Amino acid sequence: MRNDITRRDALALGLSAAAVAATGAPANAQSAIKAADVPAPKLAIEKGATLRMLRPVRFVQADEDVFRANAAKFTKETGVEIKVDFVGWEDINQQTAVTANSGAGPDIIIGFSDAPHIYIDKLIELTDVADYVGKRYGGWLPLAQRYGKKNKSDAWIGLPFGATAGPLIYRKSILKSVGFDKVPEDHAGILDLCQKLQKAGKPAGFALGNAKGDGNGFASWALWSHNGSVLNEEGDVVINSKETIAALNWVKQLYPTFIAGTTSWNDVSNNRAYAAQEIALTANGVSLYFSLKNDPATKAIAEDSEHQLLPKGLAKISPMAGLTLNAMVFKHSQYPNAAKAFLQYMLEKDQYEPWLNANSGYWAQPLAAYAEASVWSQDPKVQLFKDTMKTTYYDGYAGPISTATGAVSADYVLIQMFASVATGAATPEAAAAEAEQRCKRYFRRQK
Amino acid sequence: MSVTTLPPLALAPRQPSWLVRLFDYKPFLIVMCLAPAVGLLAVFLTYPLGLGIWLAFTDTTIGRKGVFVGFENFQYLLTDSLWWNAVFYSVLYTGIATFGKFALGFWLALLLNNHFPFKSLLRAIILLPWIVPTVLSALAFWWIYDPQFSIISYLLVDVLHWRSSNIDFLGSPWPARFSLIAANIWRGIPFVAISLLAGLQTISPSLYEAAMLDGASAWQRFRYITFPMMMPILAIVMTFSIIFTFTDFQLVYAITRGGPGNSTHLLATLAFQRGIAGGELGEGAAIAVSMIPFLVFATLFSYFGLARRKWQQGESND
Repeated sequence: MRNDITRRDALALGLSAAAVAATGAPANAQSAIKAADVPAPKLAIEKGATLRMLRPVRFVQADEDVFRANAAKFTKETGVEIKVDFVGWEDINQQTAVTANSGAGPDIIIGFSDAPHIYIDKLIELTDVADYVGKRYGGWLPLAQRYGKKNKSDAWIGLPFGATAGPLIYRKSILKSVGFDKVPEDHAGILDLCQKLQKAGKPAGFALGNAKGDGNGFASWALWSHNGSVLNEEGDVVINSKETIAALNWVKQLYPTFIAGTTSWNDVSNNRAYAAQEIALTANGVSLYFSLKNDPATKAIAEDSEHQLLPKGLAKISPMAGLTLNAMVFKHSQYPNAAKAFLQYMLEKDQYEPWLNANSGYWAQPLAAYAEASVWSQDPKVQLFKDTMKTTYYDGYAGPISTATGAVSADYVLIQMFASVATGAATPEAAAAEAEQRCKRYFRRQK
Repeated sequence: MSVTTLPPLALAPRQPSWLVRLFDYKPFLIVMCLAPAVGLLAVFLTYPLGLGIWLAFTDTTIGRKGVFVGFENFQYLLTDSLWWNAVFYSVLYTGIATFGKFALGFWLALLLNNHFPFKSLLRAIILLPWIVPTVLSALAFWWIYDPQFSIISYLLVDVLHWRSSNIDFLGSPWPARFSLIAANIWRGIPFVAISLLAGLQTISPSLYEAAMLDGASAWQRFRYITFPMMMPILAIVMTFSIIFTFTDFQLVYAITRGGPGNSTHLLATLAFQRGIAGGELGEGAAIAVSMIPFLVFATLFSYFGLARRKWQQGESND
């Protein structure tokens, strides 16, 4: 631990250095973010408190650098030593499960989206901190409220730190060459565009393999944009509906226009195909754009690329959920006040803004006031990610979040439903019925 | 010179201590010698197996303790087309891959049993696919089968111009199934070849010399000497191979994760996906437990069908 702190201190007061390195702007520059004058909750930090935290591994290096520097600053100001471990995205769920079941381990875990709802009995409420930062920074955005609050309640069980989205990314010049300025918002228009792209030899490609992020993102969008959903608001499984059948029939028509092999794609396949100029249209996080932009060999592709929210189809707004970082404090922690104080500290402007900027748009803020952060005005192609957490769509839409909502996406139920119809292995009716059986199995204890 | 002799010491026979006597007691000694092994088996084999079987009869999920539900998980699986699909593919995968591994592995073992230069080096190289961690070889195959960047497609399309488009190895069910079987065969050949080679080297050359003097052809020497002599080791290696193949996980999970359309799920990958990723520990355990009858059957078949044939012991077949 001592070594960690020394190393962090040696980051040349890491916070400023890392923020400058990541964003090109000093962390203490004049901020446009307004903070309301709200009394902070009185959290008496326990004497001799030490904390251990797990969080998903950084996607951009500056994420980790600034996060560690912020933690070191908290240690310096409060004397609370903090050990932060970064673990792989695929491992965080298992480690959270072991921590929750064994009642031992980290005090704080930043998991994904619905994690607090799965371990709700093992967590302490964070309502006081959530209310404070909410009032101070312009209020929590809809997706943050959805994942942070206990169902049908104003009690906060998680503190969302940000979300990443997977909108469309396309080649402007290629779309223009087939007569489109952007991707149409209606299903018929999208199909027409994809058919023309295929004829032009630069097809579209959306993951239909067991890809946790991109595959689920495409399948959910295809369903939601037809006004279909897994659950209704009461939590009944309604996947086997005429809306789902319509979505399946549409994907069946769309799939032949894709580049070959999308049913075997994992989360990196579309990145590679796009970077290799094999495809002109896909859906991805901002990471693809940045990797293209930062490599001289592919910079021209980045310059010719544009982002666009997933088309609405029949929905009223773009049906796109965001993968959310969601912090939890466990009941087994000996220092719950220190843990809450730490999370509160990390969400304060002096810490959160440099961290948000350092992520270059990869994570979007959960609190409205942070929309003024400089990261959103540095590159127009990244601006679209700013409102990721304004969406009203989420895993398990439109029902209550539960253990089962995450399980349905982890088991790739929607992806397999679409893939089996796209490849002709099942009829839309049979695929919808099978998905319904799986969903009912997962949701059988949730009512 | 006078010789004096000391009177013999009147040593009273010493009674061995109770501990010595205890360890001299044969039944106790047997128990004591077996205890560490039994303890290890209990802790590392019986407990996990027992826990797995118990979980299969509960509705435990990750983050929630379950209750006993009897055969409910198994009843559900019988109605689940994906479980039936995984059973089908597990049997197919094991059958074809085992046949392939044995055919090629036996052939390789016969080749390696000959005398040639750098024999030892070549035998060591043959082992490479077996030594490389499975996940690494799976990643290599994943690249080989990539729909856009496959080296095979590149050769056929761009170099040899034999095809106009890339091969979609993993994009539809049957090509994906056979692609995984090919990867498993490649990985399993060294184990079979080296094991059978060890068996081949135990066959006495005098048998072959005698057969040659009698004018036996190469095929007859193989048919009447090599094959029967190899039968016991074939049975053991086949039993292990069937078990390893049927319970394979890493190759399939790393390359397809059960896709496309759940067509390449083995029971092991389905158990992991439902039990760990999906959080349904009880159902995942039930899928894992459902493998046991298949494995027991395969083991008994190998044992009774191959290893216990009377003709190996000088008697005729029943």
